[in-house]
Amino acid sequence: MLKKKFTILDHELVPKHILLSKEEKRQLLEQLKIRPEQLPWIRASDPVAKLIGAKPGDIVKIIRKSPTAGETVAYRFVVP
Amino acid sequence: MKTKKFTLEDLKKELEKCSSELPKSIIQELEEKLSKIIDRLTKSDVEKVVSEVIRQYNEALVEPGEAVGTVAAQSIGEPGTQMTLRTFHFAGVRELNVTLGLPRLIEVLDAKRTPSTPLMRIELDEKAKYDKAKAEELARKIQHVTVENVASSIDIDFGQQMIYLRLDEELMKDKRVTLDMVINALSKHKIGTVESVTEREEEMPDGKRRKVIEVAVAVPEGLEASKMIKLRQKVLNVKLKGIKGLKRVVVKEVSREGKTYYYLEVEGSNLQGIFNNLDELEGIDPTKVMTNNIHEIAEVLGIEAARTAIINEVMGVLREQGLDVDVRHVMLVADLMTLTGRVRQIGRHGISGEKASVLARAAFEVTTKHLLEAGVKGEEDPLTGVIENVVVGQLIPIGSGMVELRVRHGGE
Repeated sequence: MLKKKFTILDHELVPKHILLSKEEKRQLLEQLKIRPEQLPWIRASDPVAKLIGAKPGDIVKIIRKSPTAGETVAYRFVVP
Repeated sequence: MKTKKFTLEDLKKELEKCSSELPKSIIQELEEKLSKIIDRLTKSDVEKVVSEVIRQYNEALVEPGEAVGTVAAQSIGEPGTQMTLRTFHFAGVRELNVTLGLPRLIEVLDAKRTPSTPLMRIELDEKAKYDKAKAEELARKIQHVTVENVASSIDIDFGQQMIYLRLDEELMKDKRVTLDMVINALSKHKIGTVESVTEREEEMPDGKRRKVIEVAVAVPEGLEASKMIKLRQKVLNVKLKGIKGLKRVVVKEVSREGKTYYYLEVEGSNLQGIFNNLDELEGIDPTKVMTNNIHEIAEVLGIEAARTAIINEVMGVLREQGLDVDVRHVMLVADLMTLTGRVRQIGRHGISGEKASVLARAAFEVTTKHLLEAGVKGEEDPLTGVIENVVVGQLIPIGSGMVELRVRHGGE
């Protein structure tokens, strides 16, 4: 069996990044009542953003491991 | 009346319902503790416990308008004052000299391009972890070896346009470098043509006689003397093996639960180099390769990894000094540093220097420069932040001061 090739997404320091769909994006912004650029940013040139195919204007959902809350969800707005 | 027995499944279902209201760690703790006394529980008991937990959790949350940044600054700053004195005595006791304590803390928060002591920690996978020989083999593969590391001397003969490179055989054996490797590397870097290879014994500075291999290299004809001196340095820098930048590799052992395992500590840092050469470096665990260079992490692993790394580094320094600072303060700092998708420093050239408000920037450092530039550009300050309102003597937007009222004209 061929061993799965290592990508940086497997690295311990890299949390799970999920690209939001248009509909999810709209719902999120409505729920938080903010403009997308008010979220923290992630560059489109970011190695993880490149791997998951995020383009400027997208929103990435990040599921972080947290020492206090176990798991937390954060969002980043993709900027050029 | 007999009630249906409350089972573990029911408990899980009950806790599932509040997953949007409580963080995962609290739900896990509830599940753990409640499952121990599950025989004595009914559904309404669990509901009561859960609603009480939710109530207390919401009470413990930070209120809107709380000055969390100021609290974080004080919570990190005060213990920081205790660090200063202790730092000097503890530095440099280890095998590898590592910057610790306050200097290191400043380095992380100032987001320095490269740390003053770049370090990597490379863990091995399950198979190789307990094998010292394997660890040492990997260490030799990783370590960057140049001609300089195996040469005993190098001379230039300007008249005959030759460079005489003398290699120390013992050093070569130690570094697992063969003569062929040197010759191949020299021709690959287009230094010149190898004319002859001779072996002989030579007296070393320490008085002992050692075997030395002399490699004579003919340089391209008509080369000026100054170019030849440059070429000499080029020869010394020719890479023979290993990964660039990783100068020293030390095999470290840790004993845990009766088992001894090994990992590699590396002086120098090159994450991308390790990832590029994974095929040759079988036995290392790529998911656990660590470096203390935050910018390098941001470039290779992304901004989120850099955020985690900042938290780990700062907490590591504080913990090592025996200071108990809550992670949440450090998380806030890391969040702010990575806010724009790049690693920004805290000070003048980062967060404080990029504030939107002129008055807030002027209040921090180099007051006149900011005021003058703002005047030239005709900048406006909407007075929305805290500092600018302190400057002009208004109510600051913190806590209840954050609330604004607007009157609707002609309403009902």
